[in-house]
Amino acid sequence: MSDTVVTLDVAEKLGLNSEEFDKIKEILGRTPNFTELSIYSVMWSEHASYKNSIKWLKTLPRDGKQILAAAGEENAGLVDLDNGIACAFKIESHNHPCAVEPYQGAATGVGGINRDIFTMGARPVAQLNSLRFGELENDRTKWLMKGVVKGIGDYGNSFGVPVVGGEVYFNKCYTTNPLVNAMSVGIMKKDDMISAIAKGKGNPVYIVGSSTGKDGIHGATFASADITENSAEDLPSVQVGDPFQEKLLLEATLELNKTGAVVGMQDMGAAGIICSTSEMSEKGGHGMRIDLSKVPLRQQNMEPWEILLSESQERMLVVVEKGREKDVEAVFEKWDLNCEIIGEVIEEDRLYFYKGEKLYADVPASTLVLGGGAPVYDREYKEPAYYKEFKKFLIDDVPEPENLQEVVKVLVKNPNIASKKWVVEQYDTMVGTGNMSTNFPSDAGLVNIKGTRSAIALTVDCNSRYVLADPDIGTQIAVAEASRNIVCSGGKPLAITNCLNFGNPYNPEVYWQFVNAVKGMSKACKKFGTPVTGGNVSFYNQTSIDGNVVPVFPTPTIGMLGLLKEKNNQMTMAFKRKGTMVYLIGKSRNDIASSEYLTTWHHIEKSPPPYFDLDEEYRIQKVVEDLIRFSLVLSAHDISEGGLFISLLESGIPKCMGFDITTDAEVRKDAFLFGEAQGRVVVSVSTTRETEFIDFMLQQDVPFSALGHVTKGEIRVDDVSYGFICDLTKDYTESLGAVFQDN
Amino acid sequence: MKFIAEINIMPLKALLDPQGKAVTNSMKNIGFENISNVRIGKHITLEIDADEEERAMEQVNDACNKILANPIMEGYDYTIRKVED
Amino acid sequence: MKFGVVVFPGSNCDHDTVYTLREILDQEVVELWHKDTDLQDVDMIILPGGFSYGDYLRSGAIARYSPIMGKVIEFAERGGYVLGICNGFQILCEAGLLPGALLHNQNQKFICKNIYILPDNNEAPVNRLLDKEKPLKIPIAHGEGRYFASPETLSMMRQNNQILFRYCNDSGEISEQYNPNGSVENIAGVCNETKNVFGMMPHPERAADDELGNTDGRLILESLIKIILEKKISYYN
Repeated sequence: MSDTVVTLDVAEKLGLNSEEFDKIKEILGRTPNFTELSIYSVMWSEHASYKNSIKWLKTLPRDGKQILAAAGEENAGLVDLDNGIACAFKIESHNHPCAVEPYQGAATGVGGINRDIFTMGARPVAQLNSLRFGELENDRTKWLMKGVVKGIGDYGNSFGVPVVGGEVYFNKCYTTNPLVNAMSVGIMKKDDMISAIAKGKGNPVYIVGSSTGKDGIHGATFASADITENSAEDLPSVQVGDPFQEKLLLEATLELNKTGAVVGMQDMGAAGIICSTSEMSEKGGHGMRIDLSKVPLRQQNMEPWEILLSESQERMLVVVEKGREKDVEAVFEKWDLNCEIIGEVIEEDRLYFYKGEKLYADVPASTLVLGGGAPVYDREYKEPAYYKEFKKFLIDDVPEPENLQEVVKVLVKNPNIASKKWVVEQYDTMVGTGNMSTNFPSDAGLVNIKGTRSAIALTVDCNSRYVLADPDIGTQIAVAEASRNIVCSGGKPLAITNCLNFGNPYNPEVYWQFVNAVKGMSKACKKFGTPVTGGNVSFYNQTSIDGNVVPVFPTPTIGMLGLLKEKNNQMTMAFKRKGTMVYLIGKSRNDIASSEYLTTWHHIEKSPPPYFDLDEEYRIQKVVEDLIRFSLVLSAHDISEGGLFISLLESGIPKCMGFDITTDAEVRKDAFLFGEAQGRVVVSVSTTRETEFIDFMLQQDVPFSALGHVTKGEIRVDDVSYGFICDLTKDYTESLGAVFQDN
Repeated sequence: MKFIAEINIMPLKALLDPQGKAVTNSMKNIGFENISNVRIGKHITLEIDADEEERAMEQVNDACNKILANPIMEGYDYTIRKVED
Repeated sequence: MKFGVVVFPGSNCDHDTVYTLREILDQEVVELWHKDTDLQDVDMIILPGGFSYGDYLRSGAIARYSPIMGKVIEFAERGGYVLGICNGFQILCEAGLLPGALLHNQNQKFICKNIYILPDNNEAPVNRLLDKEKPLKIPIAHGEGRYFASPETLSMMRQNNQILFRYCNDSGEISEQYNPNGSVENIAGVCNETKNVFGMMPHPERAADDELGNTDGRLILESLIKIILEKKISYYN
C-alpha cells in the first residue's frame, strides 16, 4: 500500500484540498509518496492543526504572571500555585468516538487527558467531566449515557483519580452526537516540569507503553488504493482503553522524571508517532531519524504509514540524555512496560522515517505543525436569522402559572436540574484522600494539596442554551458562572482551559457562533483575570433531526482552576442549622429568559440569554469573596439552572433543612423563584453575626436583600407551604436513576 | 421443541484485549512458561423454543447481533443442540 | 509500630494508606514492592485498595500470586497481622487467608459513597476498642464488594465472632435497605479464625484526615495499633 501512486485524487480522499496538495509539493520540491502524503493529511487535519480555529484562538487572553506554560506550547496548561507548586490542567473532547462506542470512547478520552497531565511530570489529583446527551426518554440517549458513564468510571476508578466535579445536560440537539469533555488536573513541583521537546543531537528517542496496532487509521486506509476485504477485517473500528497500563505508565513516568535523564516527553494521542515526533522536534528546533521496524507491534504486517498514524492508546515518546539509557530502561523494566529506542535526535529540521534500511518518508518537521507550515484559514461567518428572532421574546407574553408548587414538582425532576447522583456514585470521588467536598458540598470541587496550607478549586461550566441565544453573552456567562462557583467555594479564580464544541466550521452561521463565543470568552477572561491555558476545539458536532442536519448547541465548555491560599477558607453550599438567616447577594429581576422553567413548563425555546452584566457580576463576586474571607457567612451557593428556588433547595438538602422566604412584590413570582438572571448568590448568616453582615454589605456597591430563614424541614414561600425538604429531596435525587430502572 | 445454544463471545482479534494481555504476562510470573496469547471472552448458554433448528439458529444470531455481543468489538460463534425430553 | 504497605501494579490507595499511617497516625511505614520477598521486619502488613493487575480476570486473582504474597501468607500463618482494604480484602480471599469471596455488586455497578458500618463484636484487634452501638461513617468504592460465603461457613464465622462489621444506617439499624452491594447478612468486613487477618470493603484510610471532615475511620486504625502494641509489649515482657 505504501506504493500507492499519489495523485490529487488520493490527496482528496485523504481529506486534503488541491491548494494543500500543491503546498506539500512546494515544501518537498517533489510529489510526496503515499507515506508522506498520509503524514501531511493527519498533521494538517482539523484535529491536529486547528487550521479553522487558530486565527481566533490567538485572540484569547493567554498571559498572566501565574502562567508557567504558554497555551498550546506544552501537553497541558501550567499554573503557578506559589510555594514552588504548580498545577497542570486541561480539558479535551472525545465526542465522536463516544457516538460510535460510548464505553470505550469515554474510557479512552479519560485516558488521553490524564496522559497529557502526567506527561508533564504532574500527578493527576482530580478529574471533571462535562457530558451532553439527547432527551432522556430516548433509548439511544440511555444507551449512550450508560456506556459513557461506565466508561469514565471504569477507566478513572482503576487509574485511581477522583472525579470532583462535572455537569450533565440533556437536549435534543445532542441526540446522535453526544458531547463528552473530560478534564484532568495534576499537581507537581514547579521545577519538575517535563517539556514536550526534542533536542540534543544523538539523544535516543524511546517509545514506551502499549504496542502499536492499526487503531484509528481508517481515513488513510480507505484512501489507499488497494484495500481488500480481508484487510478491512483486521482494522479496529474502535480503540480499547487499558487503565492498568496507564497506571503503570503514570508511576513509571513520575519515577523516570526523578532520574533527571529526561530531555522531553509527549503523550501519543491523535496522529500518534508522527504527531509526537514532529511536534517535539519543531519545538526543539531539531529533527529525528526513526526506524519504524523497532516499534513494538500488536498486529502483524503493518505498513510504515500505518505505524506512523496509529492512534493506539497508552503510549508515549520520550527523548533521553545519551548515556543514561540504562537508568531509563531500569524504570520501565521495574514497571513491566515496553520501552524501545526507535531512533535519535538530529540537528537538521528533518524527520527521516526508515523501516530497516529503507527510507519511507523524509519531511521537514516544522512544516507539519501548527505555527509552522500547517495551513491557517480565515473562514467566513454570518449572523443567523434566529439571533434577532430570539431577542423578540417578551416576558409579558408568558402567562404566570397559578400553582407554583406544581412547577416546583416538575422542575426538581427535570434532568437538567435534578441530582446527578446516579452518575456520580459510579465514579470514585474519594481516592487520593484529597476531595474536601465529599463531606462539605460546595459549588466547585475542592482538592486538598497535602503538606501545604492550600487547596485548589475546580469546576466545569457551560449553559449551551444561553450560548445558542447569544454566543458572546452566553460564553461570558459560562466563564462568569465558573468563576462564581470557585468564589462561592472560598477560592480565587486563576485560569481556564476550554473545550469548544461546535458544528461544521464551513457553515458560516456555525462559524459566527464560534467567533462570537471566542469574543465573549476573551471579555470575561480579561475581567476575571483568568487567562486561557489551552484546551481543544471539536468541530463537526451535528445531529440529524427529521432529516435536517442541525449543529449541536454551540458549547464552549469552560474548565476553571482556582486557589484557596488558606484551605480553612473553604465554604460549603449547605445550610447549617435552623434559624440562620438567608440573604440574596445580587438583585432579583423580572427575567425568565432561557430558563429551564421557560423551556420545561412553557415549552418556549426561543428567548435571549438571561440578564447578565459583566461588571456587576465581577463586583458581586468580589463581595462574596470578602464575605467568606471575613467569615460573615455560613454557606454560599450560586443561582443557576432552576433559579433561586432550586438553589435554596440544594443548600437545604445536605442537612435536610427547609427554608421560609418572602418574595419581592416588584418582581413576578415565577421570575423571582425560577428565573435565571445571572450575578446572584444565596448566603446564610448566623443570627449572631447578622448585624455585622448587614453593616458590611451596606458599605458595598452591590444590591442585597433578606430572603428569610432556614427551617427544620418545611419549605414556605410567602407563608404558603411548598412541602417538606425530605419529600422534594427524594424526587430531586432519585428521578434520574429511576429512568434507568435501578439505583 | 427446545434447543440449547452454547455461545462463545470473543473480542475481535484486531483489538487490544487488555485483560488477556495482563493475564498472559502474569502466566510467566506464576510459572506457566509455555502459555501465551491469552484472550478472554464470555460464554453464554440459553434455551430457545423453536419449531426447527434453523429457526432456533436465526434467533441466536439475532440475539447475538442485537444484544449478547457488541459487533463493533466482539465476534461470536455457537453450537446448538436439541434438549432431550 | 512498623507497617508494611504492599504495592501491587495497579494499587491506587497505597499512597493514601501510607499517608494516613505516617502523617496522621504517626506510625513508621515502609512500602513493600510486589516483586520483593523481604518483609523488612514489619509488625503489620496492609494490602491497600486499588485495581491490582487491572482487576482483570477476577479482582485479586492475579495479585495473589505475586512473589510478596508467598511471604505474606507465611507471615499470617505465623500469626502476623494483615489487613486488606477493598482490593486488599479481595486478594486475601483469593489467597485463602480469609473465608468467602467478593462478587459483583448486586446492581452491577461501581458504587462510591459514604455508608455506615457497625462493629459486630469486640473480639478482634480491629474492632476491640469500638463502640458496638455507634455506627461509623466510612466511604466505600468498589464494583466487586458483595460478600458471599456458604451458610455452613457463615454459621462457623458467627460462632467464632469472625464477622467484623455490618452495613447499617446512620442510627445503627442493620437491614437490607442499608446494604449497598447485596452482601450476605450485610457483611462489610471479616477476619480469619485466629483473628490476625482482617478484610473490609470500606476504606478507613479515607475517613481519617481532619481536613476532609470525617475521621470515623481513624478509630478503626487506632484500635488496631493500640491492641497490637499492647500484645507486642506483653510478648516481649
